[in-house]
Amino acid sequence: MKPTAAAAALALALAFAPASAQRSPYADYQRMTAENAPIELYELSGEEAWKHKQGPKNASLEQCDLGQGPGVLKGAYAGLPRYFADADRVMDLETRLVYCMTTLQGRSREDATKRVFGNADKPSEIEVLSAYVAGESHGMPMRPGTSHTKEKAAYELGRELFYHRAGPWDFSCASCHGEPGKRIRMSELPALNTAKDAQPLMATWPAYRVSTSSFVTLQWRMNDCYRQMRMPEPAFGSDIPVALITYMTVNAQGVVYRGPAIKR
Amino acid sequence: MRRMFLLPLAAALASCSTSPSTGMGTAGDHRGESAADMQRITAVLKANMHERGQAKMSRIELDDAQRLCNQYADNPPAEQAKRMEEAQLKAIAFPSGSLIGDWKAGEKIAQSGRGMTWSDKPGTAGGSCYNCHQISPKEEAFGTIGPSLAGFGKVRGNRPEIQRYVYGKLYNAKAYNACSQMPRFGHSGTLTEQQIKDLTALLLDPASPVNQ
Repeated sequence: MKPTAAAAALALALAFAPASAQRSPYADYQRMTAENAPIELYELSGEEAWKHKQGPKNASLEQCDLGQGPGVLKGAYAGLPRYFADADRVMDLETRLVYCMTTLQGRSREDATKRVFGNADKPSEIEVLSAYVAGESHGMPMRPGTSHTKEKAAYELGRELFYHRAGPWDFSCASCHGEPGKRIRMSELPALNTAKDAQPLMATWPAYRVSTSSFVTLQWRMNDCYRQMRMPEPAFGSDIPVALITYMTVNAQGVVYRGPAIKR
Repeated sequence: MRRMFLLPLAAALASCSTSPSTGMGTAGDHRGESAADMQRITAVLKANMHERGQAKMSRIELDDAQRLCNQYADNPPAEQAKRMEEAQLKAIAFPSGSLIGDWKAGEKIAQSGRGMTWSDKPGTAGGSCYNCHQISPKEEAFGTIGPSLAGFGKVRGNRPEIQRYVYGKLYNAKAYNACSQMPRFGHSGTLTEQQIKDLTALLLDPASPVNQ
């Protein structure tokens, strides 16, 4: 009875397997364990997305100004977050990408943010773009903006949010990331209020996450921390993730960017 | 002489203004929040968050204990801490009779990291205990944010006062340490009376692996 049931379950699983799973799993495995893969795959899709003409203006993102001038990708990620005069606010990479989608391509904010976080089957446009743009800063020191009044304000708000306890479990970011040398279960917790711990961490985001077979961004990570803090969800591109990412990146400033990386 | 006296005083004052746990004064400089700061930060959270699943917007609102801890960077003056602990203690609903439930059920609750997030089903929560504490010697994947609870009942016994302390601590950790990092599992409605009794058993029952 049991083997029959198992065979039936297997047949059922195969029948409902998505088309992507019908490629040779071994070929996928080989490709994914090769050096720099699967990061390279995300970077390549990101480059395609960067050059893809779309939206009411049928334009690509190639003229997007990420802080080093329109279309300049080299070192752009290493200079973020920073203040942008055209938007009159501090932006991290993901927030800036949405800005370019709305201005250059003429897309609505709703359209540009309708699927910001993808999954193992299908990464989001923001995720692959993040992989591509961040990859163009590989090997460069991280120098986020720290001089403009709004950059200072973003850092200060990030620090305040980091320590602010709230929610049914009375957590703040510092509950887990405020003290060096602590663990949750077996996971070591970086103290993100120290340069020593913030540097190796910020030098590797965004990243491919082996445990979920997906590419994840910093804004996703901020949201997942708030989820685990038992709080409501921060809005994508809002002052909350921008301030926290500014706080952590400034704490890590000077570190050589070596991402996108592979994480557990 | 006067200068020699003032220096350590200044150092002591400076250490009070930073978090005692980080004590860094650089990026980790945690100065506490004034009432106006708290209002402003709460307003930022309200303006930039949305409810999802059971994580409603009301979770952003602070209660008295959270306000006190935010104001003093988790290090309130002794007198205010004491008053807060008394108020929190008064709000604990202690059941009558034995507070020792089933340690086996308690172990399952301690293992579960589920509960209260926007991706969890309402009403199904564990205590996430192993995330922060060493408890049973059989579980090696334990966190280190909280103290080790290995052998907890072995050294303390399980007389009624100890039962009451453990039940109370699980129900509302802020009743014993105003700015404890531990969630208030009963007070927040995360765990039920029976679940807290089962966790109390995990720590105090002589048959529990914690006390072997």
